[in-house]
Amino acid sequence: MRLDRELPCVEVVELVTAYLEQRLSPLDTERFEEHLAFCDGCSTYLEQMRATVAATGAVADETLPPELEDKLLEVFRDWKRR
Amino acid sequence: MATSTEHAVIEALRAGDEDAFRALVAELGPSMLRLARHYVSSAAVAEEVVQEAWLGVLRGLDRFEGRSSLRTWIFTILTNTAKTRGVREGRTLPFSSLAAQEGTGPAVEPDRFLPDDSRFPGHWAVRPERWEGAERLLARETLDVIERAIARLPAAQAIVLTMRDVEGFDSAEVCNALDLTETNQRVLLHRARSAVRRALEEYMR
Repeated sequence: MRLDRELPCVEVVELVTAYLEQRLSPLDTERFEEHLAFCDGCSTYLEQMRATVAATGAVADETLPPELEDKLLEVFRDWKRR
Repeated sequence: MATSTEHAVIEALRAGDEDAFRALVAELGPSMLRLARHYVSSAAVAEEVVQEAWLGVLRGLDRFEGRSSLRTWIFTILTNTAKTRGVREGRTLPFSSLAAQEGTGPAVEPDRFLPDDSRFPGHWAVRPERWEGAERLLARETLDVIERAIARLPAAQAIVLTMRDVEGFDSAEVCNALDLTETNQRVLLHRARSAVRRALEEYMR
């Protein structure tokens, strides 16, 4: 047992983004993954954060208001005639 | 660095190709409008900012050297245009030190963890439950939950989250376009994602 290395869950949830961004030091990455191996709660939490990122990526499909699109085309045509 | 596809787009724009312009506007325009809205007072002003930014893009095309990607460069112009307009309107800017104090709470409510005097301090008292049904996460209704959660975020967090997770920029691109340090960007992203996760957890149970 290496209790001095042990991370509590309350700290793990604050490190999730740094972990996903691969910004944790090698030692912290090891402690993080060690914790996950034994903690269902934090494994689920990490899964939820990954699912959150994926679902947020699906929000994007929308279009511009048509009047704005028309105005932008005008901007382009004016610029072309420069 | 601009990619070869981007170089082709740039050449087409310089040559006055309207279809190329339309396609680029369709791709980047919605997120630009979304972001501009965080800097200025109304949707109408945000639309003006987007127009002004595109004019800036077109006028700058000949000077664009492809040191950054085309879209990073376009978003840099957008945010600078939006900032200038926001300042003129006397608004608190999203990345000002004043705004930095907003939404700085923990990722998860403290009462979800065991107290310091317990046997396992800081470990889950109320664990998160698995979200069943992955397809439900992508349902229109769920996406509305996410949109509403983003709308409630402090502007700086909403902007970073939109660029990273909605638009798919990487962290270097976001740091460049918004002039943020990597750490700062990551802290904002963390708070934003944590808040969206909380909203989803509420909804998914």
